[in-house]
Order: sequence, then C-alpha cells, then structure tokens
Amino acid sequence: MSQTSDAPKSFQEIILRLQTYWAAKGCAILQPYDMEVGAGTFHPATTLRSLGTQAWAAAYVQPSRRPTDGRYGENPNRLQHYYQYQVLIKPSPPDLQELYLGSLAAIGIDMGLHDIRFVEDDWESPTLGAWGLGWEVWCDGMEVSQFTYFQQVGGHDCHPVSGELTYGLERLAMYVLGVDHVMDMPFNDPSPRRGADGKEVSPIALSYGDVFKQTEEEYARWNFDTADTDVLLRQFNEAEAHCREILEAPQDDPKTGKRIIMVHPAYDQCIKASHMFNLLDARGVISVTERQAYIGRVRALAKLCADAFVQTEAGGWQPDSAA
Amino acid sequence: MPDLLIELFSEEIPARMQRRAADDLKKFVTDGMVEAGLTYAWAGAFSTPRRLTLTVEGVLAASPATVEERKGPRADAPKTAIEGFLRGAGLTRDQLEERETPKGAVLFARIEKAGRPAAEIIGEVLEKTIRSFPWPKSMRWGAGSLRWVRPLHSILCILSDEAGTEVVPLEVDGITAGDTTAGHRFMAPDRFSVVNFEDYTAKLKRAYVVLDPEERAEAIWHDATNMAFASGLEVVEDKGLLAEVAGLVEWPVVLMGRIADDFLELPPEVLQTSMKEHQKFFSVRNPKTGRIERFITVANRETADNGATILAGNEKVLSARLADAKFFWENDLRVARAGMEPWLEQLKHVTFHAKLGTQAERIDRIAALARELAPVVGADADQAERAARLAKADLSSEMVYEFPELQGLMGRYYIEASGEGAAIAAAAEEHYSPLGPSDEVPTAPVSVVVALADKIDTLTGFWAIDEKPTGSKDPFALRRAALGVIRLVLENDIRLSLQNKYQRSGKLRPFFAAFVKHVSDHLDQVAAQNRENVSSFLADLQAGHQVSDPQISALVDSMKSTTLMPEWRAVVASATIDLLSFLHDRLKVYLRDQGIRHDIIDACIAMEGNDDLTLLVKRARALSDVLKTEDGENLIQGFKRANNILTQAQEADGVEYSYGADPKFAETKEERALFEALDQAEAQIAPAMEKQDFATAMAALAALRAPIDAFFEAVKINADNATVRRNRLNLLSRITTLCTSVADLTRIEG
Repeated sequence: MSQTSDAPKSFQEIILRLQTYWAAKGCAILQPYDMEVGAGTFHPATTLRSLGTQAWAAAYVQPSRRPTDGRYGENPNRLQHYYQYQVLIKPSPPDLQELYLGSLAAIGIDMGLHDIRFVEDDWESPTLGAWGLGWEVWCDGMEVSQFTYFQQVGGHDCHPVSGELTYGLERLAMYVLGVDHVMDMPFNDPSPRRGADGKEVSPIALSYGDVFKQTEEEYARWNFDTADTDVLLRQFNEAEAHCREILEAPQDDPKTGKRIIMVHPAYDQCIKASHMFNLLDARGVISVTERQAYIGRVRALAKLCADAFVQTEAGGWQPDSAA
Repeated sequence: MPDLLIELFSEEIPARMQRRAADDLKKFVTDGMVEAGLTYAWAGAFSTPRRLTLTVEGVLAASPATVEERKGPRADAPKTAIEGFLRGAGLTRDQLEERETPKGAVLFARIEKAGRPAAEIIGEVLEKTIRSFPWPKSMRWGAGSLRWVRPLHSILCILSDEAGTEVVPLEVDGITAGDTTAGHRFMAPDRFSVVNFEDYTAKLKRAYVVLDPEERAEAIWHDATNMAFASGLEVVEDKGLLAEVAGLVEWPVVLMGRIADDFLELPPEVLQTSMKEHQKFFSVRNPKTGRIERFITVANRETADNGATILAGNEKVLSARLADAKFFWENDLRVARAGMEPWLEQLKHVTFHAKLGTQAERIDRIAALARELAPVVGADADQAERAARLAKADLSSEMVYEFPELQGLMGRYYIEASGEGAAIAAAAEEHYSPLGPSDEVPTAPVSVVVALADKIDTLTGFWAIDEKPTGSKDPFALRRAALGVIRLVLENDIRLSLQNKYQRSGKLRPFFAAFVKHVSDHLDQVAAQNRENVSSFLADLQAGHQVSDPQISALVDSMKSTTLMPEWRAVVASATIDLLSFLHDRLKVYLRDQGIRHDIIDACIAMEGNDDLTLLVKRARALSDVLKTEDGENLIQGFKRANNILTQAQEADGVEYSYGADPKFAETKEERALFEALDQAEAQIAPAMEKQDFATAMAALAALRAPIDAFFEAVKINADNATVRRNRLNLLSRITTLCTSVADLTRIEG
C-alpha cells in the first residue's frame, strides 16, 4: 500500500474507522458476542436477526476462533483467534455495493489506484443450515471481504433478504498498513504525540504480536495437544441436550405470566456445541465420516433456534397473528 | 424497420455464467417475438460482468394481422352448443356465417386478429423472459421477490429507426425500462442515454466498457503475448482461464509481474495451478528453460501510476500463496524422502466408500490385482505391485490436500524424491489416465498395469455393491472407468480375458478375482437375518444391502466350504456377466465414434471370447472392412437367403439339416462349384481362425459370394427329388455354419 497522509496508522484505527463509517451509514454499532464463535456470522445479531420480517442494521467486531488454524503465532497470516468485522442490513439496500466500496475508501484504500473486483463466491454454512449468493471482494488480487445476500438461514427462506459483509480484519489491515507478518502489525499508533508541555512523547507502542503472540502459542498447544477430549465431548453432548430442553419449555412463563420463548439462551448452547465440535476437530479425534454427523447435529440445533426465533416478536411474530 | 436494443444491468454476474446467459437472453426474447408474429433479420447477444445485452436488427414494426376461420356446430344445433361456440370465438350470432355442407347447414366463425405494435409484444416477452430466466443459481434481494443471478438494477429497452428512439414500456418489480445505462464502475460510473446499438457500444467504449467478451479476450491475449514476447518469454495458453478472465473485467488492462526467486524451484505445475486457481493469473514461461518465471494478471481499470500499485499488490498476494505452496512442498518432500510411510498409514483412516472400505484396503486390492496383471501386460510383478502401493500415497500429502487437481502429478515428484525407480514414479501420475475419450492412454507397462487394476477394482467394487450408473446419474464416474479399461486394453493391444466365463483353467481372471475379493470382503460385514434363508441373504448381498448380525462369519465359512459355494459363486457370476455387458455397451459407443456399426459389434459379441476386448475389436474391424466391399455386402444377402430357406425348411420338416451334404448328388455345375468353393474356404478359414487372423478368414468368406450367388441363380433348393432337396439344404447349412464360425452374421442388419 502506498502511504498517504490519510492512511491509517494502526490496526485499531482501521477498526475505529469502520465503526465510524458504518455508524454514519445508520448501523447500530454492537459489541462482540460474549462467547467463543467460529465466525462473525454466529453472533445472534446476524444469525437470528437475519430471520423474520423486522428491519435490521448492525455492525460489530467479532473475535472468532478457528482452532485448526493455530500456528503458534509463527505463520504470517494464520491465527486461531482473529477478528472479523461484520455488517448486516435487512432488507439489503439497493446501494449496498457502493456503501461497501465507501468503507474501503474510509480505511484509506484509494479507489483510483487499486483494482477492486467482485468475484463469484457463494457462501454456505453447513453448521448453521445457511447459504447465500455473493462474491469475495478482491483488492489487487487479495480477498478483502465476503459479500453475501442471505437466501436461507437455519433452514428458513430469508424474507426480506439481508445483505451481509464480512471483513477479515487482520488480513485487510496488514494490506492497508503494508505489513508482511501479522505479529509485526502496529496495534496502536506508534508515532510520537505532543505532550501537554509541547514536547514529543513516545507512546507505548504495541504490536499485534505484543498482544497476541503468547496467547496464540498457548491456545495452539491446548487446541492441538492437551484439551481434554472427554470433557469436550461431554460438553458437546450436554450443550446439545440443554439446547433442546430450553426450547421444549412451555412458551408461557408461569412466574411473570408472559409469553417468553428462550431462543437466545438456547442458541448460546448451539454456539457452545459448535465450538466444542471445532475443538474436537482440532484434536483430531473426529473421523471423516463422524464429521458430517457432528455438523448435522449442530445444524439441527441451529434450525430449532431459527424455528423458535420466528415465533418471537424480534422474529416478526405478532400477538394477533397467533391464531 | 426498427432495431431493438435490450440491456439488463445488474451487480456482478459470475464469469462462468455470462456466455450462456447472453445466449439464453437471445433465445428467449427472439423466440417469444417470433411466436407472437414479430420476425427480425438478425440478433446478437453480449455480456460483461455487469450487463447482458441483446441487439435485434430489422424487427417488424408490428405483428401482421391474422384471420382464422373456425368451424362450429350445425345451424340447428341446440342453443347451448351454439352459445359455447360463440363464447370461444368471442363473437355474436349475427357475425357467424352459415354454409351448406354435405352434413347440412353449419356455422362458421371468422376471427380476425389485428396486428400488435412491436413495443407491446417486446414488453411482454421481455418481462416473461426476466421472470423465468434459467440461471443455474438465482437469488432474491432486498424486500422483493424477483429472482436474478445478483440484484438487477436497470433495464434498457429501446426500439429505434430513422424516425427516432422509443422506450419500450415495461416495469418489472419496480424497475422501469428506460434508455439509459452506466459506464465502468470506477472509471465512468455516470448514467447516460443511448439511441441505438451503435450509439450504445460507442458510448460504452468511451465510458471504459468493452461490450463484446470476444473482443476483451482477444485484447487480453494480444497484450499478454506481446508483453511476454518483449521480454523473450511466452504465455502458457489456457483458453478456459482466458474466457473466465474476460468475464471478470469490463476494461481489461494487462500487467506482467515477477515471481520471487525463492519460488522458482517449485514444480512448474504447482506454480501454474496456484496462480491460476487462487489468483486467475496466466503463467509466463521462459522458452529456453521451460521454467515459469513471470505471471500475467488482468486488471479492470487504468490508474494514474500505470498499474504499479495493482501489480505490487498482486505480487505480494502471490508471494504469500507461493510461500504456502513452498511450505507444503518442503514438508511433503521430507515425508517422501523418508519413504512415505506416514502417508500410507493415514490412508487407513480415509474412507473410500462406506461399503468398499478405506483407501488403504482399496490399495491392497489394487496391488494384488496389479501383481496378477503384470505378466499379461509385460511388466515386472514386483514393480507393478510396488507402484500400485505407492500410486495413491500423495493423496495424504499437504500439496494435494490444497490442490486436489495435482493428485498423481505430485505422486510422481514425491516418488522420484523417495528414490524409487522412474517407472514407479510415472505410474503414480499415469494410473488415473485415461480420464476421457481424448485423454492420452499410458503405454509404459507398469503404468498400464496399475491403471487397469485401479479401474477394474473400481468397476467390480461398485458392481458388487450394486451402485451402477443409471440414466444420467454416474456419481462414481464408472462409465469413464469402463472406457478407460477399453482404451487401455485396445490401445496397448493387450490380450486379456476379463471374466471367467470362457476362460480355460489356469489363466488369469481379473474380473472374477476382483469380484471374489469384493464379495468375500463384503460377507465379513454382512449378516443374514435367517441362517436358513440363504437365497434371500444372497439377494441382499447382491443388492449391496448391509444386514446387521455379527454372527455372519460362521455362515460365511460354511458357505465358502461346502454346499453353498455354488450359490455364492452365482452371485459373482451374475455380477461379472452384467459388468461385461456394461463394458460391451461402452465399447459400442467407443467404436461407433470410429465408424463401426453397432450390429457389427453385436455380431462379434455373440462369439466366444467376447471378454477379450482386443480379440473382439479385431474381429469387428475385419468384419466391418469386409462389409464395406461389394463382395462382403452381397455375401450377407446370400447368407441371409441361405439361412432363411434353411430355417423355413427345418421348421416345416421338423428336421435339422446340419451335415452330410455330398457333392455326388450335385446336379449342376454351379452346385459343384459351390462345393469346391466351400472346401477351399473351409481350408483357409479354419487355420486363419486358429491364428485369429480375421482379415484372412473374412476375405475367404467374401470369396464365396460369387459361387453362392451363381448357385441361387441356377438351382432350385426345394427340388422335387427328396434326396437332391435334402442335399441342397445340407449344403445351405454348410454355408451358414461356415459364415457364423467367423461372426454371428444373423445379427447384421440390412
């Protein structure tokens, strides 16, 4: 990347600029979901909110975990823990492509010098029973985002259709900042600032490696070699059973007398089962044939949650439509 | 006459769908127009990533008026019948004409339909086309319900002639047709209006859009080859990639980049595959060294820095990709040099097919079969077995995991690195071949053996579990495997009886051997519900069903040992026969393409030794050649005549006239001549057939044509004298016997 005066100087600045940009475009800026997920799509603000008829516009950073991608922090761009930036707008606006391109300009990509391409890439999540059509977006041959029009989630047709944007933040930031190894990337701005007395003050410059090198090592070792597979397996089974139990509870809460369908608590268990599966997979204890079966079990939970969500008000259910 | 211009402007259409979509747009719109009476002179369709365009020249301004005459009921028919007719015709009683016919007075309606203006018809046709467009995958967007490949943004639809331009009134789900379009997404995004196709293409070009995909592809290829040539290099041709890249850009700008020195030692195929699959780059080769040293990428825009930033970005992305590939290559080489054991071990955990076991089990079967096949093909048995054991080891390698299309090829590199011989390394690459009718067939004996064993195992395996291709469904590519066996055998001139049916004892029986292995493997997994019900168990087994009872072993042992053996063998036998007939069907398709008629093949399949494909085809070719001669063609007529007369006489008399024709009862010189000719032909044909010299045998047969014709000309078969008649019928039998000893000529048509 050629550096201009407008160029961002750190990883966090890129995130902040995206937040500011999408806030200005009318999105609610949400916070990350407080559970381990494999991708930003798992955040209920995407999975569940893409269902039903209610309009929605949200953007957020989501820490994502892919245990099998751990490389002890040594690979220049593979991490078991990384950040995704996620935007979901329902119904998808007609100018979503232009809005997206505006976000690239906002983080310092000069449209006059770069070659931006929308290359066919249909998205599918077998664990969520979801798929959509769209593209991966290329900037000078590098994939910088995934752009999807959701067609189905949890086995439900999406009506209206949500437009989803996913940015792989580390990769995008490395490109914008001109960094070759993720661990070398400045997390905050390393350039000196003026103190109150007018003198230059050197900041406490932190690189991505300062923040994450050690955790990548720790998790890589744990993910690959030491995670207790019996515990993981038990937790998978418990989460699966618990998810079903929660959804089987009667809709009417005896204490408040209100109709309360506990979709989000149930969905938390679905997320947990999915993460346990990813961990088991990284430990290499799931065979090829079993793999499909596990994915099918998580998908069944996602589908039950989707079925339940459309029965709630956030999912478009209305009291008078109950009959 | 006006010209029509249509443009459907959308978000980016997948490159692979563009060409077909342009053709479909042309077909559906012009078909719809013609159906409504709106003919035209010429139509052409184009596509870019964001638009499908159709131009139709010389369209009728309106469809012609039509008159239809409809015959109704009789004038005195019941009122309800007449009313029904009036409703259908949309007329009143006084508009009908009464005509006298032989059946009395009948009512006739004259229905006149006025012509309709072109715009009205086109509006309807285009809306219908948009709503029912056959995209391979389509989607909805926003809150609407219209489906298109990606969101559809605007419709341009105009009719233009000397007098001016008219927008065709049309609205589809809130999109109103107009006369405007937009230029390049980044270089000229503003909308502009156009008056006709010429104006449209010219304005698009000024707005940095080349409409015609062929023109874009030509420009890319032209610039790429020139650029490479200027550096003393050449672009590796790839038509598929060229078409794809032309579908990714509206304004192609060709850029040539460098591959960092670190990666030049990678196998060229790895460089090429990585660059093509991930980056859609063309490879640029140094013709002197054969090495790939640069790449060509095609950007979608011009920039102030002449593409420097774009190229730098692409080079960086490529370096990251190739760093991955290099990492895989180096890791794999370490495993390869240490003998590849971990890879083979890993294949024990990879399922090939739920009912056919793991890859490792499959490799065991192929290795055993390769050992048996080796002598037939002229390969060393130990080498063939070793090659079969290693041929699929690369499936566990990191490189093949990343690039599945490099399977086999990486196997060759890794086996070479392991220090095994070149023949074994080559077998890894070549044993998947041939992959289709035009793919090259391996000729190196070890490769041929492993390729054959691989395909025979696949075919017999899926036959044993009853997973045969049906209709258009062939998920395991068994037709391709069968064609592979056929081409391997024929093009290497291999003499091999594939199944046991006509096999003398002591010889190799690969189908049978492979089946026995599959079926006995299967028995170990399968169980019988009922020990007494053996035949139902065998039916299940044959159908590939798995029944659950672990106590099967005892039953299997008892079956194998004694009385049940014949039934078990029957399962195998019926599957082998079925598979052979499948192979014969594929052979017919294969030979038909080479100009050999199916009835000729049938005539040869009916003969003994039909599981030896080389023999079968040799016979078919000889027969086909002789049937192309005049003698051959007429001989068939003579043979059929002889056969018909003989069959009728045998049916009438209830006797078989099969031997005993004696020249002493011959009355005419033509009859005696035929005796002599048959003696001569038999004397030639028998030894020729012994040597499987079908050409000589067929030629000797064809030489019978003249004496047979002369015989029929001069002699009445059903002579009054019973002895003479019987003798003549026996003589006919000699003709048919001799003819059918070469091929079953009764199956020849015509």
